Amino acid sequence: MRYIAAKTADEAAGLLVDEPGLARILAGGTDLLVQLKSGLVEPDLVVDIKNIPGIRDVTPENGGFRIGAAVSAAELGEHKGVLALWPGVVEGVELIGSTQVQGRATMVGNLCNGSPAGDAVPGLVAANATVRITGPGGSRDCPVLDIPAGPGKTTLAKGEIITSVFLPARPENASDAYLRFIPRTEMDIGVASAGVSLELAADGAISAARVALGAVAPKVLLVADAATAIVGSKLEDGALAALAKACEAACNPIDDKRGTIEFRTRTAGVLARRAALIAYQRAGGSK
Amino acid sequence: MPLDTPKRKFKVVGTRPPRPDGLDKVTGRALYGADMTAPGMLTGRILRSPHAHARIKSIDTSAAEALAGVRAVITAADLPVLEDDFIRDIQDNCMARGKALYDGHAVAAVAATDAATARKALKLIKVDYEILPHVTDVDAAMKPGAPVVQKGRTLENVPAGMSENVTSHCEFGHGDLPSGFAKADKIIERSFRTAATHQGYIEPHACLASFTSDGKADLWCCTQGQFFVRTLCAQMMGMEASQLRVTSSEIGGGFGGKTTVFIEPVALALSRKSGRPVKIVMTRDEVFKATGPTVSSSMDIRIGMTRNGRITAGEAHLRYSGGAFPNATIEMGGQAAFAAYDLGAVRTFGWNILTNRPKEAAYRAPGAPMAIYAVESVVDELCQELGLDPLKVRLLNAARKGTKSSYGPTFDDIGLVATLEAATRHPHYTAPLGPNQGRGLSCGFWFNFGGNTCVSLNVNTDGTVGVTEGNPDIGGSRASISLMAAEELGIPYEKVRTFVADTASLGYNDVTDGSRVTFAVGLATIKAARAAIRNMCARAAKIWGIDEEAVEWIDGAACPAGPNAGKFPPMTLAEIAAVSAETGGPIAGHHEVNADGAGVSFGVHLVDVEVDPETGATKVLRYTVFQDAGKAVHPDYVEGQMQGGAVQGIGWALNEEYIYGDDGRLQNAGFLDYRVPVASDLPPIETVILEIPNPGHPYGVRGVGETPIVPPLAAIANAVSRAVGVRMTELPMSPPRLLKALLSKG
Amino acid sequence: MKSIHVTTTVNGEPAEFICTPDETLLDVLRNRLGLTGSKEGCGTGDCGACSVTVNGRLVCSCLVLGAEAEGAEITTIEGMASGEALHPLQRHFIESAALQCGICTPGILVAAKALLEQNPDPSDSEIRYWLAGNLCRCTGYDKIINAVKSAAAEMRSN
Repeated sequence: MRYIAAKTADEAAGLLVDEPGLARILAGGTDLLVQLKSGLVEPDLVVDIKNIPGIRDVTPENGGFRIGAAVSAAELGEHKGVLALWPGVVEGVELIGSTQVQGRATMVGNLCNGSPAGDAVPGLVAANATVRITGPGGSRDCPVLDIPAGPGKTTLAKGEIITSVFLPARPENASDAYLRFIPRTEMDIGVASAGVSLELAADGAISAARVALGAVAPKVLLVADAATAIVGSKLEDGALAALAKACEAACNPIDDKRGTIEFRTRTAGVLARRAALIAYQRAGGSK
Repeated sequence: MPLDTPKRKFKVVGTRPPRPDGLDKVTGRALYGADMTAPGMLTGRILRSPHAHARIKSIDTSAAEALAGVRAVITAADLPVLEDDFIRDIQDNCMARGKALYDGHAVAAVAATDAATARKALKLIKVDYEILPHVTDVDAAMKPGAPVVQKGRTLENVPAGMSENVTSHCEFGHGDLPSGFAKADKIIERSFRTAATHQGYIEPHACLASFTSDGKADLWCCTQGQFFVRTLCAQMMGMEASQLRVTSSEIGGGFGGKTTVFIEPVALALSRKSGRPVKIVMTRDEVFKATGPTVSSSMDIRIGMTRNGRITAGEAHLRYSGGAFPNATIEMGGQAAFAAYDLGAVRTFGWNILTNRPKEAAYRAPGAPMAIYAVESVVDELCQELGLDPLKVRLLNAARKGTKSSYGPTFDDIGLVATLEAATRHPHYTAPLGPNQGRGLSCGFWFNFGGNTCVSLNVNTDGTVGVTEGNPDIGGSRASISLMAAEELGIPYEKVRTFVADTASLGYNDVTDGSRVTFAVGLATIKAARAAIRNMCARAAKIWGIDEEAVEWIDGAACPAGPNAGKFPPMTLAEIAAVSAETGGPIAGHHEVNADGAGVSFGVHLVDVEVDPETGATKVLRYTVFQDAGKAVHPDYVEGQMQGGAVQGIGWALNEEYIYGDDGRLQNAGFLDYRVPVASDLPPIETVILEIPNPGHPYGVRGVGETPIVPPLAAIANAVSRAVGVRMTELPMSPPRLLKALLSKG
Repeated sequence: MKSIHVTTTVNGEPAEFICTPDETLLDVLRNRLGLTGSKEGCGTGDCGACSVTVNGRLVCSCLVLGAEAEGAEITTIEGMASGEALHPLQRHFIESAALQCGICTPGILVAAKALLEQNPDPSDSEIRYWLAGNLCRCTGYDKIINAVKSAAAEMRSN
């Protein structure tokens, strides 16, 4: 294995393209080093992207924020602007691992790890965030939703690296929330999760919604029916029940050591309902 | 050695001074198993079976041996064929012979110049396996026709016609069950299952072995019992005990799991073959797969009660599996199940069953938590059904002095009633509860143990004292032993330092287990101090020119015993020690004993939980532990045992379990998915120490370490039942399991 | 595997080491720099026994490559006391009986110190969540939480 700390995104992309063997990108390393330890991957090349200029910066852009791929969860959590605009995204990122893991882990790493249970991802999907990708063919933007390709897999081509995430601007009376279920209070992988982003009309009714679910399918799901169930409502009991039902209907989970199909399905609906209520309150809605 | 007097006024015992190992542990200086190094040291690594059950047709190590940097490769062929079942099982568990009996069973090992080379070498070892059908579930393994884990291990007391996996049967109790049940107004019969759990010590097993060409060896390891390690390893290496010195490092948690050997004989064999020191450190994955988790259990309990709460009869059928080798844990479960109660008719029937899982090791009160969980659940359900207060019912039925215990002996002074009364008085018992909240309680019990103990106490010429004892300190025992020595000698705690000896420096000491150390080593320390005191009195007598019998020891000094003895100013320990060269040489005291009179231990736990009815998540809101310590030598560390044990029990109740796939492989061999409680899962653990002196110890000390892991299982199940109306008969009560029960209740 | 030369600062002192590209910072600290106070309990970031700070940020050193330490400032448990004078957390851990076997203690102390540097007056709950990545199997955490609180109180009063 070779270790190279790339100085530019182009250099990193070039190294990855030129590597005939197995190459891995290192940002926070909280997934990669676990895989190295277990022997799950034995890369020939590890490219550390943390020294690329700007990759650890959070920059305001068009009323939203561009967040560098190597910004750690702890750094993101300390950014008051992002926290105020997208609290649900930040709370998802802040649920990844322990305080120690927070010191290293990144949103983009969580996304590129390809786990359907990644805590950063449902919030980003609900936020309709995009990523900027540098690769051999130049630069492109892509919705976060389109990055995962199934457990452990992404749609990124060889040599492509994500350099930043863009969280868009949002109108007044809009907010988001993220909840996950774990058996303990910390240190677990999510068994089911839900990210909900809402915009409210002047009368307090929901005018737009995006509902994303984690750990209940091979990829994070954007559940259009769940959004439909609550748009136009003020989260009355009927709307909440319809939301939960739409979420349950979208689930396609597995039975494993962390949870059963039945449990994941049921809990996804419960979490979506609860997250919607939190987002609604944050957006200024009152019940 | 009887209790001095229940009214004895202690000066040092019962105080809370800093522990002697504290400074090294807060500065990172303390040396644990993996912190040892030796010049020329090789790295040892172990190849493990990926199959739950497989015949090893052949092992080809030639490619590994040919790899540059590899200095030795061993398999079971490098170890002797042993006659004795007990020790052969331990050796076969360290290195599979003929068959791999579980996922993770060691099949070969290498020693190489560095870890990377050792890892590479393991991949070059070719093992030809014939995969055999496997069984990991205790009930499945008991059925006729189940895959047989080991043939020919069944004892004579097992009836014919059962699976060969059933290796032993035991039975305890007294009285007539049918007439007992006939007196009951209500009988409840329920079945329970508990998953295997792991001690979860944070320090993986580690050792460093150094064999020299003249047949001598040194072994450094993290263990709960260096002498037992020596006994086992010397036999496996075919050496005399004197030629093997075992030194215990600081130990990063054991809880029973470090009472045997796993990697130590392997490291010794590699060192012998390579001629170099060999260090082996387990990975966390190996710790879960290939050390000694608890038994899993399947149990049927039947209890009858009158409408005013008197238990008329209790019956338990316990089926335990401690993995691929026979063990006797079932006997402890059978004896402990009903120990809290004074019963006219009680019977427990136990069965041990082999499964394709790792060989069980002790874990805090081995065998007791699951049996008592089942019994205390049924007692609680009877209280619910009959509308009775669960504490009053336990008081009504509580074992006390003179009770013929459910396992035979008649109890002497015990603290169960006192702990129940303390719980009754405690504000926790009557505090208000909110929606979806419930309060549960359970009794807990452990036998406690004494055992072989050898202590040497040396009085230094500067007036300080060194105590040399042979039990690794897993819970603050160096502090408590120093306290007892200081108490007896009448000198300040700071003047005493206690050391854990290697096997060459002291006679045999049993393993640190069974909550024996503060009791038995304490007792031997007090006796050794008394021997030193006799010696010092004799020295003073010699100086004063009076009879030895005319000198007594008061407050750390020799004094003439009464006016007839003569008028001399007291001579302190330091003064006597300073002139010891002139009065007969060094002063020391020794004591060797196979101690009995350990004095059983009882505790009661109260817990409040809140259940999320939509997810099945259980949050522990409040927790109070009541326990009889006999005499709390260092109350901080008594509380520490109570708190730590309770939290291990909470983990067992709620989330911890060995999860096996259909392929018989362990699915959760890491701290990510073997979910021990984290700080944010827990409320403060309140403690109430009761002191009902143990008549078998001069200060009244009882062991305290094991009992606190026992009650949480039932206490939490009982609290959940009262919070949301479902009776959880399978552990852990993980959210998917509890939500399923809630949904099927409707 | 070609080794890498790394120049770094450990506990305020310049340090240099050679490591292989796949070697973790924990392995470097323990095996190359002789700093065995950081412990490996799991190697996967689940137990916190290897906690150190890198450029002031609390991390698991088992999840950092040694090569990443180039130019960084690292502090470990060995750098916590100033000479003979223990850090208040170390003192309170001894006084409050906040340790038993002690294997988790270095990691917990490093983590608790990082907490108090950013939050000098944490609540029980804040301490418990901050330390959730530091497993302790002996104490049930109770006395650890109390020791952090009493150390924090002393540090605030000074």
